[in-house]
Amino acid sequence: MKYGSSAARVFAVATTAVVAASLVACSSDSGIDEGDSIEGTTIRVTLANHVWTETIKDLIPEFEKESGAKVEITQLAEDQLSDQYNVKLNAGTDEIDVLMYRPLQENKLFADNGYLANLTDQVEGDKEWDWSDFQEGPASLTTYDGEVVGVPIITERTVLYYRKDLLQAAGLEVPTTLEELEAAAKAIHEANPDVAGYVGRTGKSAAVTQLSAFLYSFGGDWLDGTDSLIGSDEAREAYKYYGNLISGYTNATVNPEMSWPEAFAVFQQGQAAFIADADSLYKNMTDPSQSTVADNVGFAAFPEGPAGSKPYNVAAWALAINEQSANKSGAWEFIKWATSKATSLEMAKLGVSGARASVWEDPTANADYPAELLEAIKVNGQNGVGYDRPLVIEVAKAREIVGEPIVVAIAGGDVDAAIDAADKAFGEFLLEDAE
Amino acid sequence: MTAVQNRTPRPAAQLPPRERLSRWANKNRKWLFAGPSMAFVALLLVIPLAWTLVLSLTDSKRSVRRPFDFIGLENYVEALTDTERFWPSVGRTLAFTGGALFFELILGMIIALLLWKPFRGQGLVRTIVLLPLVATPVAVGMMWRLLFEPNIGFVNEFLSWFGIPAQPWLADPNTSLATLTFVDIWQWTPMVALILLAGLTGLSEEPQEAARMDGANAWQRFWYVTVPLMRPVIIAAVLLRGIDALKTFDILYATKGKGGGAFHDVETLNVYAYGLSFDYNEYGLASAVLILFFLMILAIIWVIQMQRKATS
Repeated sequence: MKYGSSAARVFAVATTAVVAASLVACSSDSGIDEGDSIEGTTIRVTLANHVWTETIKDLIPEFEKESGAKVEITQLAEDQLSDQYNVKLNAGTDEIDVLMYRPLQENKLFADNGYLANLTDQVEGDKEWDWSDFQEGPASLTTYDGEVVGVPIITERTVLYYRKDLLQAAGLEVPTTLEELEAAAKAIHEANPDVAGYVGRTGKSAAVTQLSAFLYSFGGDWLDGTDSLIGSDEAREAYKYYGNLISGYTNATVNPEMSWPEAFAVFQQGQAAFIADADSLYKNMTDPSQSTVADNVGFAAFPEGPAGSKPYNVAAWALAINEQSANKSGAWEFIKWATSKATSLEMAKLGVSGARASVWEDPTANADYPAELLEAIKVNGQNGVGYDRPLVIEVAKAREIVGEPIVVAIAGGDVDAAIDAADKAFGEFLLEDAE
Repeated sequence: MTAVQNRTPRPAAQLPPRERLSRWANKNRKWLFAGPSMAFVALLLVIPLAWTLVLSLTDSKRSVRRPFDFIGLENYVEALTDTERFWPSVGRTLAFTGGALFFELILGMIIALLLWKPFRGQGLVRTIVLLPLVATPVAVGMMWRLLFEPNIGFVNEFLSWFGIPAQPWLADPNTSLATLTFVDIWQWTPMVALILLAGLTGLSEEPQEAARMDGANAWQRFWYVTVPLMRPVIIAAVLLRGIDALKTFDILYATKGKGGGAFHDVETLNVYAYGLSFDYNEYGLASAVLILFFLMILAIIWVIQMQRKATS
C-alpha cells in the first residue's frame, strides 16, 4: 500500500485547486508567462561559490535596471549548497526561484523528485535566445525524460596545469603521454625534494571526477547499464597509476581529504609541478593575488594513455527553476538574461567558459585567455568524454563507492582488494539505483 | 451566619461571563501557564521525533515527498547487522565520548581546585581558562585543522624545535579520532571546571577542617571528603557533558568532512546519520539510526541515574 502516494494525491488535488483558483490569468502550463511584467518582483537566486557567480554578480545591476526586478542572491560553498537544496527542496520551499546546480551530480535526482520546473516550451519557443546554440553534450545533461529542466552555464574539461620554470630547469618537454607525465613528476621531485611531482584531489568523493580522465585514458569506464566496470584491468591500472602519481613523488604527508581548493593551494604555493583539474578554475592559478606561481603556470591537453587522451568535457553547472517557485516568470527572465548570447559573450570575455557554441566561435570572446590554455581547451574539447562520474540517480553514494579504491591507492594499501570490494558494492548499488 | 452565606460561591451558571472566565482561568492556571511551553515542546520536540519514528519504519529515500512504503523494522535490522559503518560508528561515538569525558573530568577538577581558593589575578585566570568555551565549534575545528596540518601546521613546527618528527595528526586514520578528542577536551574542559567550581564553592568548610584535625593529608582530604561530597555535582557534569559529547558533530564535520574522513575514521553515529540523510538521501535508514542513537542516549542517562540513586 502506497501511503505516501495517496497522501500526495490528496495534497496534489488540494494544491491544484488552490493554485488553479489563484492563477486563472496564467496561460502557461509551467507557470511561466513571458507576457507577465516582472517589474517590482524579487527573484531569489541561490548560487555556488564559483568564478561564474563572482562574474555575474557584477553584471546583475544591468538586469535589474532593464527588468525592474530585484535579484536577491544567496551564495554558498558546494557542500552547503547541496545540503541547502536537500532541506529546502525536500520541504517544498518556494523561497528559491532560481537554483544553480550540478547537472552531473543532481539533474537526475532533482528532476526525478519533481524539484525542477519544465522549461521545454520556454527554451524551444524563443528563437532569438536560441537553445540550439548550446553545445549538445552539456544540453543533454540538463534534459530529463525528454524535458529540458535546466540551462548549462559552465563547461569544463580536464586540463594539465604545469610549472614552466620547473620543467625548463629539468630540461623536460611538456608531457604528452601519461608515461611522460609520471617520468617528469619523478624527475622534478628528485631534483626538488620539497616539491611534489604531482598534486591532485585525494578526497574519496572529490577525486572521482579527476580520476575519470585517467580511467577513460587507460580504456576503462564506470559502468555498463547495471554492470560495474571498475573491476576491469584498465580501471585497476588507472586507480594504481593515479594513487602512485600523488603519493609516489612527494616528501609531504598527503592530506587524504583534498578537494580542488586544497589541491590548488599546494600548487599555488609552489609546492607541486603538475595538477590535472578543471580548466574553468584556471584563474585561481593565474591570479597573482591567489597564486605565487601565477607567471609560471602552463596549460596542456590531457596526456594520452593506452586508450588515447580522454579528458572529461562536461557541463559543470546549470541554472534551473524551482517547481514550487511563486515567481517562475521572473526566474525564467533571469535565466534567459544570464544565458543569453550577449551575457555569455561578456562572461566569456571575463574568463568564464559557457556552453554556447557561437561564443566559442567568436574570436573576441576568448581574447584574454592564455593562448596555451585555449589550445588545450580546443584539443580536450575534441577528445572529451561527456561525463566525469557515474551517471546514476544517487551520484553521491556512487562516488563514495568508486572513490574508495582511490583513497587506498594513495595511502599505499591493497588496491586490488579495495577494487574487488568496491566493484561488488558498486554492482549491487547499480541494481538498486535502477529500481 | 448571613456573612457566611454571602461568602459561599455562587454556581458558575449564575455568574457574568467575565467572572466565569476568570474563575475558570484561576482553576486551570497550571495548564494556562504551562500551556505555551508544552505547545512549544510538542511542536519542536515531540512532532519531529514522532515523524522520525514514522520515517524509520518506511523505505523513504531520495525525497521525503516521494511515495514510500511501510517496511516494519527492516531499517533497524539493516542498521543493527551493519558491521561496516553502523557498529564502528557506535564504537567511535563511545570512544570519543568516554575519552573526552575522562580527561575533561580530571582536568576540570584540577582547574576547579586551583581556582577554588582566592588568589591574586584570579579573575584574569578564570577569563583565560574560559576562553575556549566561548569559541564557535566550527571555528575551533577550522583553527585546529590548520594547526594540525601535517606539512605547514604550527603543531609539527613546534615539535620540530625539540627534534620530534612531524606527526600526521588528522591526516592519519589511526590518530585522527584521538586528535579530535584532544580538541574536544581543549574546548569543553572549562565548562566542566565551571560546574565543578560551582559545586566546590558551595561545600561547607567543616568536614575539611574535621579531616584536617584528624590528621588527613591533602590527598586524603580530597579523595575521602571532597569527592564524596561533590558526587552529585560530578554526576551532573558527567550527564551534561556526556550527552553533549555523544552528539558532537560540528568539530568532526568541520575538520574531516563528509563520512568522517576518507576511511570514516571519525565517523560517529551523528556523522553517519547525517551522511545517510544528506549525502545518500536514505531518510528511512537515517531515521532508524537516529532513533537507535536516541535510545542509546536514553540508556546511558538511565544507567547514570541508577548509579546516582545507588550511591545516594
